[in-house]
Amino acid sequence: MKYKSQKVAYWFFALSMLLLTLQLVYGFIMGFAHAGMDGLHDWIPFNTAKAVHTNLLVVWLLSGFMGAAYYIIPEEAQIELVSVKLAYVQLISLALVGVAAIVGYHFNYWEGRKFLEIPRPLDYLVVVNVLLFMGIILVTLFKGKRRTTTALVLTMGLLFAALLYLPGMLDFNSQVLDSFFRWWVVHLWVEGVWELIMGGILSFLLIKLTGVDREVIEKWLYVIVGLTFLSGILGTGHHYYYIGVNKIWLIVGGIFSALEPLAFLAMALFAVNMYRKGEKKHPNKIALYWTIGSAIVSFIGAGLLGFAHTLPQTNIFTHGTIVTAMHGHLAFWGAYAMIVFAIISYSLPNMTGRKFYDSSRGRMAFWLANIGMIGMTVAFGVAGVAQVYLERITKSMSFMEVQLEIEVHFIVLIIMATLFSTGITLYIIEFIKHGQPTDEALEVTNQ
Amino acid sequence: MLSKKQARAFFLGGTVVTFLIFIGLTVYSLSAAQDQSNIENLSESAIRGKYLWETNNCMGCHTIMGEGGYYAPELTKVVERRGEGYIKAILMSPVPWQPNQRKMVAYKMSKEEAEDMVEFFKWIGNIDLNGFETVVSPLAKDKK
Ligand code: HEM
Ligand code: HEM
Ligand SMILES: [Fe+2]
Repeated sequence: MKYKSQKVAYWFFALSMLLLTLQLVYGFIMGFAHAGMDGLHDWIPFNTAKAVHTNLLVVWLLSGFMGAAYYIIPEEAQIELVSVKLAYVQLISLALVGVAAIVGYHFNYWEGRKFLEIPRPLDYLVVVNVLLFMGIILVTLFKGKRRTTTALVLTMGLLFAALLYLPGMLDFNSQVLDSFFRWWVVHLWVEGVWELIMGGILSFLLIKLTGVDREVIEKWLYVIVGLTFLSGILGTGHHYYYIGVNKIWLIVGGIFSALEPLAFLAMALFAVNMYRKGEKKHPNKIALYWTIGSAIVSFIGAGLLGFAHTLPQTNIFTHGTIVTAMHGHLAFWGAYAMIVFAIISYSLPNMTGRKFYDSSRGRMAFWLANIGMIGMTVAFGVAGVAQVYLERITKSMSFMEVQLEIEVHFIVLIIMATLFSTGITLYIIEFIKHGQPTDEALEVTNQ
Repeated sequence: MLSKKQARAFFLGGTVVTFLIFIGLTVYSLSAAQDQSNIENLSESAIRGKYLWETNNCMGCHTIMGEGGYYAPELTKVVERRGEGYIKAILMSPVPWQPNQRKMVAYKMSKEEAEDMVEFFKWIGNIDLNGFETVVSPLAKDKK
């Protein structure tokens, strides 16, 4: 840590960890419901649990990205944040809006649009919050001594993500149009601009952890985000195959989304190669695990498992089945959850002055969470393939008959999720053990 | 070897070109001539139905046109599969509907509301889904 104001990141990360914990609770509720145990139905029906689970995911990731930006931008721009006070205001308002939305979902106060359930009045508050955040980041960057590609790509990702929130607020009478523009938010976020955020954080971490020359790393960063947009923008078409719009999307979406894994492959090769090339071996091994891990697991979850169902010939059978949930979990985990964990593991010792660089608890957290999540992915995958086969290929059973047939795979899911949650718990214990950030850390760390 | 400047040009160029194509295709596929949804048949009642669909977050459990939760049946072709009476009975039921163990929320809708929902489903059921309807609809079984 080089600047006092970077400490504000800590509180965004703490909020992240809190919301992540809650997210997992609602995941278990859904897992049990799928396994036939829906005892909470009267208070927390499945649709409430699902909206809470996915929205908490998005909010804790965004909080993590914001924390990452508050940590990275001062260091890259070589200047303190313009206003730490406003950053705290932004943190608290983010938490309040998030909590209000989540509470509302328990009282039928929502907009039933997958992933964008936040009701309209709260949408406006989100916009204000994000404007404040972008203001702080942009002014800091503008006043800074240095404008690096890493900071630029990260900021561009955040800015585009903010802008892309707007099409999600358009109002349509037609379900087709509603769905069409919903994907401008959901798809163009995770397979577009969020990859810029991920790339920016990854590049920052690789520069710090491997000591490879910034120019080399940032050149490849451009190539990666170039591949992202080249494939990802037109790749949106893979959500337009079967929602009542022109067949042209079958061709365009099919071709371009099939290219999307290239960006993730490039990211994985990039991270591994920079690590090999690096002369300097930073002592923070845990951060390195999460960094390289994120690049590799995102290639598996988003790249390979995304590719598995992205061609229209396959997607017609898997569209809207548990196969989709399988991919959704490993993709979000590898690309976005793990990169947030990586920046937390890197920055925490620097902000608190406590150098738990290579603790056995930290390693256990990494392995348990990853093995658990891969196990969950397999459980979803087996359930999903069985569903597709019985319900849509042989057409031998109806939806609900199949659901009862595959309940057992959700027991496996719950066991794997327990393993996963143990890893997360260890990670959070490690987080807490670091203590709070302090200005004294400025003297302790010089990285 | 590729320079950083070239890498940046690749990024900017690729983004601008694909973005413009994307906007072009959007305008084309949403133009009136390309409509596959029979938008002219979208009645006031069906629009009220869509409002109910959203305010109750039905999509949190069910899929429609393949989008939503994976907990409850796909509803794109539900009118053909179940008929209007059955659907209304579920929506108006004062106790949670659960023919196969799994419970649905008891929405206790009025008759008018239930009719609006059915109108919404009818409109959805007539959309040309580029072949997806043959996979999700049990009617496809007969056509096989
Ligand atoms: C980190 C990046 C990614 C994340 C976080 C992610 C996440 C998700 C999620 C949550 C869904 C479910 C959306 C819904 O139906 O409501 C989804 C759907 C889908 N994803 Fe990804 N994805 C990523 C990358 C990719 C890539 C690179 C590909 C293709 C190669 C891909 C292909 C698909 C397809 C085809 C669907 C539609 C499934 C269906 O028809 O039900 N995804 N993704
Ligand atoms: C305790 C761990 C977890 C359990 C038991 C769990 C379980 C579930 C279940 C049962 C669903 C609902 C599928 C349906 O609609 O029927 C779901 C949805 C989802 N979960 Fe999780 N989850 C867990 C953790 C996570 C984590 C860590 C992430 C992200 C990194 C995540 C991301 C998602 C997403 C994106 C969806 C929506 C998928 C879709 O609709 O396509 N979950 N989860
Ligand atoms: Fe997508």
